[in-house]
Amino acid sequence: MKKLLILGGGTAGTIMANKLSQHLNLDQWTITLVDSDPVHYYQPGFLFIPFGIYGRNDIVKPKRDFIPSQVELILSEIQFIEPERNRVKLANNQVLQYDELIIATGSHLAPEETEGLVGDGWNKTIFEFYTSKGACNLQKFLKHWAGGRLVLNVVEMPIKCPVAPLEFLFLADWWFTEQGIRDKVELTFVTPLPGAFTKPKASQILADFLSKKNIQLVPEFNIEKVDADKSRIVSYDGKHVDYDVLVTVPTNMGSEVIGRSGMGDELNFIPTDKHTLQSRKYENVFVIGDASDLPSSKAGSVAHFQADILTENFLRHIEGLPMVEKFDGHANCFIESGFGKGLLIDFNYDIEPLPGKFPLPGIGPFSLLQETQMNHWGKMMFRWVYWNLLLKGAALPIETQMTMAGKQR
Amino acid sequence: MQTKEIAGKQVQVDEDGFLVNPNDWTREIAQALAAEQGIDVLTEAHWRVIEFMRADFAEKGAVPTIRRLSKVGGIETKELYELFPNGPAKKAARIAGLGKPQGCV
Ligand SMILES: Cc1cc2nc3c(=O)[nH]c(=O)nc-3n(C[C@H](O)[C@H](O)[C@H](O)COP(=O)(O)OP(=O)(O)OC[C@H]3O[C@@H](n4cnc5c(N)ncnc54)[C@H](O)[C@@H]3O)c2cc1C
Repeated sequence: MKKLLILGGGTAGTIMANKLSQHLNLDQWTITLVDSDPVHYYQPGFLFIPFGIYGRNDIVKPKRDFIPSQVELILSEIQFIEPERNRVKLANNQVLQYDELIIATGSHLAPEETEGLVGDGWNKTIFEFYTSKGACNLQKFLKHWAGGRLVLNVVEMPIKCPVAPLEFLFLADWWFTEQGIRDKVELTFVTPLPGAFTKPKASQILADFLSKKNIQLVPEFNIEKVDADKSRIVSYDGKHVDYDVLVTVPTNMGSEVIGRSGMGDELNFIPTDKHTLQSRKYENVFVIGDASDLPSSKAGSVAHFQADILTENFLRHIEGLPMVEKFDGHANCFIESGFGKGLLIDFNYDIEPLPGKFPLPGIGPFSLLQETQMNHWGKMMFRWVYWNLLLKGAALPIETQMTMAGKQR
Repeated sequence: MQTKEIAGKQVQVDEDGFLVNPNDWTREIAQALAAEQGIDVLTEAHWRVIEFMRADFAEKGAVPTIRRLSKVGGIETKELYELFPNGPAKKAARIAGLGKPQGCV
């Protein structure tokens, strides 16, 4: 029997376990998946928690429910990967030997990378919403907040779901309006990027949204430290922004086990071929989802598109055939814009987000880079799609590779 | 893309003035590009950054990020900002004759 080992059972690892248990010959292969956390979080749902739209129960399910019965699930911390020896050590002292390895250990927050961020102010005046716990803490705080200066700071790129900070601010604008205190709240977006977003067209359109909603934009701000005594964030070139409440999106890093095993770059992301998803160093190691160093967005939709490509390539690879499928960096993200509306962007490595209709050219029902109610419903429906289709590796009515049909230059 | 004469050499630059071909780069070109960016003298400290960037680019095929300059190149971010004020990653990459750093998506 040959052994396939999957590390991480979040979005990407779960999809791969489902797809490969359908496509591999299980008379010849065993599939094992390791994750330390028995809970699967619907991370896109974290965004809605601070505003009381979702509670914790709306975004969690047992991991086991999504792992097919033919796959052995081991709940343990992964201690060490030894790619030279084709084996992995777990915290429960098990040593797993493998023939092929798929790494899907994702990314997590590293607030300790920024001086002064995790101190006395943490969870009192400084919050994050990229974990379920952090989002719940923020919800409790905002419920009783009387207003003041709310500053959202992105510490450094890349972060997962790069549109989430903007969505947070759009929702905050709506929520404080609902609470009747919008006039007492100053909203500011402080980012290391030169504008609201990375890609020029979307950046322009999103910057217009910010100003329409009276949200200040402070670009090119590279935070050096938080001065909690003065309640301000300070940049490397000496600029500062004062806050009453700081919502931070701290540095995102790959799993510590990647660093410990010497397999990552300076952020513990794994050097990976951007088209085939094979490790650049080890032939029998593949990387999917947030764990790789690919210049694509770190998003669940991206993990889904990558899974289609990786499944094909993996099946060819074990037959000794060349890997012909090419991941094009395709990403597709709904952007919640508040007041029951949303936008949608669809892009890849080479083509920036453009306006148009999606997925059916000229018809939609979704509109690209335009604010509609339908896009908001798409975002809300995504939770159902995630649990019921996406994680199971089912086909979605979206092409794996991006298409220009329906888009306008 | 257009051709431009920098420090007496004909080179191709992109619409933002970054060298298209890193192999066209010379130390004289670096001096000229630095002057364009408002840095009149390239000191030892500047050269250390430029040389690390070029070596890292040759090895990895990507323009190093600020974090990489600090963690791998040993160049303190604070110092980097002093050497190349206002957007050091972009400025230093330009002077080092490398393409524009790939923005993240
Ligand atoms: C606030 C927020 C909003 C988002 N919004 C969207 C959105 O609207 N649309 C979208 O497409 N995406 C969105 N995302 C991004 C999306 O959730 C992630 O990109 C996606 O979950 C990545 O999947 P992954 O499998 O790579 O990593 P994860 O799903 O994070 O899984 C990694 C798994 O590895 C396990 N693991 C890691 N290290 C170890 C170890 N040492 N030992 C054992 N187990 C380990 C973890 O327990 C985890 O289960 C959002 C994310 C956040 C935080």
